[in-house]
Amino acid sequence: MTHLQRESCELAIVGGGPAGLAAATLAAELGVETVLFDEQSAPGGQVYRNVEANAPRHDALAAILGGDYAGGLALVRAFRASGAAYEPESAVWQVAASGKVGVSRGGRAYLTRAQRVVLATGAMERPVPVPGWTLPGVMGAGAVQTLMKASGIVPDRPVVLAGCGPLLYLVAVQLVRANAPLVAVVDTSAATLAGTVRAALPLLPAFAGDLAKGLSWIATLKARRIPIHKGSRLVVEGTGRVEAVTFDSGGRRVRIATSLLLLHEGVIPNNQVTTSLRCKHVWNVAQAAWRPETDPFGATSSARVAVAGDGAGIGGARAAVHRGRLAALDAAFRLGRIGRDERDARARPERTALAREARLRAFLDRVYRPAEAVRPLDDDTLACRCEEVSAGELRGLIAEGFTDLNQLKSFSRCGMGQCQGRMCAGTVGRILAEGLATDMAAVGHYRLRIPVKPLPLAELAELGHADRNDKPVLEVADGDPSQRI
Amino acid sequence: MTRTDVIVIGGGIHGCCTALHLARRGLKPIVLEKNTVGRHASGVNAGGVRQLMRHTAEIPLSMAAMDAWERLDALLGPELAANCNFVGGVGQIGIAESAQELAWCRERVAEMRALGYDFEELIDADELKRLVPSVADICRGGIVSRRDGHANPFRTTQSFRLRAEQLGARILERTRVTGLEQGDGGWTVTTDRGTFGADIVVNCGGAWAWQAGAMVGEHFPKSHFASTLMVTSRMPHFIDPVVIGIDRVLSFKQTEAGTVVIGGGILGDPDLDAETAETVSDRMMESAATVYEFFPILRQATIVRTWAGLEALMPDVIPVIGPSRVASGLWHAFGFSGHGFQLGPIVGSVIADLIVDGVSPLPIAAFSPTRFTAEGKLRPPAQ
Ligand SMILES: Cc1cc2nc3c(=O)[nH]c(=O)nc-3n(C[C@H](O)[C@H](O)[C@H](O)COP(=O)(O)OP(=O)(O)OC[C@H]3O[C@@H](n4cnc5c(N)ncnc54)[C@H](O)[C@@H]3O)c2cc1C
Ligand SMILES: Cc1cc2nc3c(=O)[nH]c(=O)nc-3n(C[C@H](O)[C@H](O)[C@H](O)COP(=O)(O)OP(=O)(O)OC[C@H]3O[C@@H](n4cnc5c(N)ncnc54)[C@H](O)[C@@H]3O)c2cc1C
Repeated sequence: MTHLQRESCELAIVGGGPAGLAAATLAAELGVETVLFDEQSAPGGQVYRNVEANAPRHDALAAILGGDYAGGLALVRAFRASGAAYEPESAVWQVAASGKVGVSRGGRAYLTRAQRVVLATGAMERPVPVPGWTLPGVMGAGAVQTLMKASGIVPDRPVVLAGCGPLLYLVAVQLVRANAPLVAVVDTSAATLAGTVRAALPLLPAFAGDLAKGLSWIATLKARRIPIHKGSRLVVEGTGRVEAVTFDSGGRRVRIATSLLLLHEGVIPNNQVTTSLRCKHVWNVAQAAWRPETDPFGATSSARVAVAGDGAGIGGARAAVHRGRLAALDAAFRLGRIGRDERDARARPERTALAREARLRAFLDRVYRPAEAVRPLDDDTLACRCEEVSAGELRGLIAEGFTDLNQLKSFSRCGMGQCQGRMCAGTVGRILAEGLATDMAAVGHYRLRIPVKPLPLAELAELGHADRNDKPVLEVADGDPSQRI
Repeated sequence: MTRTDVIVIGGGIHGCCTALHLARRGLKPIVLEKNTVGRHASGVNAGGVRQLMRHTAEIPLSMAAMDAWERLDALLGPELAANCNFVGGVGQIGIAESAQELAWCRERVAEMRALGYDFEELIDADELKRLVPSVADICRGGIVSRRDGHANPFRTTQSFRLRAEQLGARILERTRVTGLEQGDGGWTVTTDRGTFGADIVVNCGGAWAWQAGAMVGEHFPKSHFASTLMVTSRMPHFIDPVVIGIDRVLSFKQTEAGTVVIGGGILGDPDLDAETAETVSDRMMESAATVYEFFPILRQATIVRTWAGLEALMPDVIPVIGPSRVASGLWHAFGFSGHGFQLGPIVGSVIADLIVDGVSPLPIAAFSPTRFTAEGKLRPPAQ
């Protein structure tokens, strides 16, 4: 089946999670010709993945995923009704500074010219490179949740969850509700229970609901007698695949046998498109991650491009909605649909709501600081799994005098494999920063190049709406093939 | 102020190789590199080591370079030589699809023979198929240079750098030359990290080399371009030689990792001030199409990344090698116009010979800076 290949639009939104849905809905309402591209087959993003199919069900799956999840349905319905065009199963592999958006759908690639682009590409799980992390049977907690949401697949073999962050506990509860054989949770956060309670007190009563939800998750696990260990210095054991996880706990080494280990230490912004655009990025110390620098409306340093939602710094699903609306207001202003005053007036309640969310986020950032994911790697632990480059190899190069990421990459091929550095970017940067005794900001980050998603050569060869006349003329003497550049 | 005998501007392959040879001749060169060694063209190029289909003026240099590639051990020592991942003897092949292209190949080989060169050979469809079994039947033959091959550009540049350092050269990275001034005591080289004094300066500034010229009032074409490469995910091994197009935009090779690096003159958008270049997908279509028309196996390939590097471009597509036309003790080696990696091991040795002995053992008259007017325009060829 061939799909319509749009030649142009006023506003292209990449990503159909809460940020993208809210942005598209409001922009369309304000009269902006809006198209939302998302690689999934239905709207919802990570958090509300497949919600239209799952939420109305009265079966076990709906109950497993919980009420917050079902709440995403309203957002999706508003989007469906808004008049914004929707392009599902459309992977965006480029966003150029000119506004040319490269899309791949149904085995065909094409370019759409957008006057403005809002990137709402969300977050990805932070890689947790502890010894043994590349063994088969080790996955991200979010990845398993994705399987549950997308296809109702639940692990049926013993599973251990290790890491920190709200999503860790949410997934634990969802697994328990689904009767998955959850053996244990290993909580790697450094915060003590007393410390957490102290930090949480100022959030009352405003966030009583959220805090109660967190407590209820722990209560659910307790009721099901799922052991929750405090653990550090995780090591994954196994030959050929995971057999056990070991960790320090209360002054001794604990070993838990398992055939599936889910590691999770929070999520980080998905910044492939913004780094490919050479947007300015800043190192966010509290979240230990890079994020694109943005103005209060999400506008980046690339003139046509804004970022909304977790892609601009982790803020959570509710914040993503407000950030999406702010980006939409600014787009409508820049495209001449509303004036500056109207934009600013309509932005005010969104900002108030965002400021409120920021308080909760600051608490979560403080309590769920990643520990295992940022601990110095053992020399023989792989930093880059695609090209199998170990931390020790990188340290050797740094000792020989390499001082920048590009050198490490060019020499060792780290970050040049299938994932193009999506997985190892932070780890390699950290090893370099440690080696040079400096900080992440000084070391910088990789620059991803297009395509930000792998693109079949055959699709590129038949690229739709490409400008065939776009050929710079070089001032060279002769047409003789031996005078080639 | 740090004083030495020679300052080299630019830590690309030509700057590093120049320092290497100068150090071999007993001098104490310092290389000043504004970024890091191999950050630009020398570290990111396609790694093609090609004598095939070169401008005839470059052939003596290119042949001497080929000898040096085959004896990297002698130049670099076994360990650094191995680090270059040089693979020679697999050949580079120009593929002819049309009768017109094949006719051009025939003429070219005849012209080369007349000049006394026999390393380019005409091949028919059968020999082409024997050398590259995966080629499509539409290809009628072509032209081969059998000694040619490829190397890893970043590692090669790194090896030249390390060898230069072993021999006593100093390489200072993140050091940008901002001014050049000649006085009674020689050259004063101003950088953002202090001032250097030297008797001699060599300009190996790549795409930015015209700026160093302008510092002494010597003008060259400012033109430069961004050459683009695309790389695929790993494929099963299917080809040894490097193949290039005659009239079609095509050039590719399979690396040891199994990835296929595709280039051949796809233009990106250069940004000299930002010191980078953007790749432009609209302009990749044609070579993507050609590649799999000629090699059906690539129909299944997936592009995982593209990149572009900045390179100086002279209007006659040959480099500038020789003494400054306005100042004594200033030498130029830049403007390689898209194919200077192969010349990597030789140009620095020519420059060292010029500086130390005053003569070049190889013909370089065609590369003289005097071919440009005072304003930096190429003079029309003498009749
Ligand atoms: C695996 C995972 C599971 C999560 N589960 C939960 C949860 O259950 N509850 C919770 O509160 N938070 C969850 N989070 C955190 C959550 O992502 C955010 O707080 C929230 O979803 C952010 O919304 P968003 O709109 O910014 O991005 P997302 O909801 O992440 O939406 C981004 C969308 O963009 C699409 N996309 C990305 N790149 C491209 C591209 N190049 N081309 C086309 N489409 C693209 C993605 O497919 C996705 O649909 C999860 C995060 C991850 C990584
Ligand atoms: C994508 C691409 C593919 C290519 N493929 C091939 C190929 O297959 N085969 C082949 O033979 N050739 C190839 N080439 C050409 C080859 O890479 C170049 O000709 C060669 O590397 C030029 O080397 P260089 O040392 O002159 O320049 P560069 O490597 O660019 O080095 C010049 C250096 O000078 C520095 N510099 C400039 N000004 C200053 C200053 N003021 N102060 C301090 N430092 C300064 C720069 O930072 C730079 O590092 C390719 C080029 C590109 C871009």
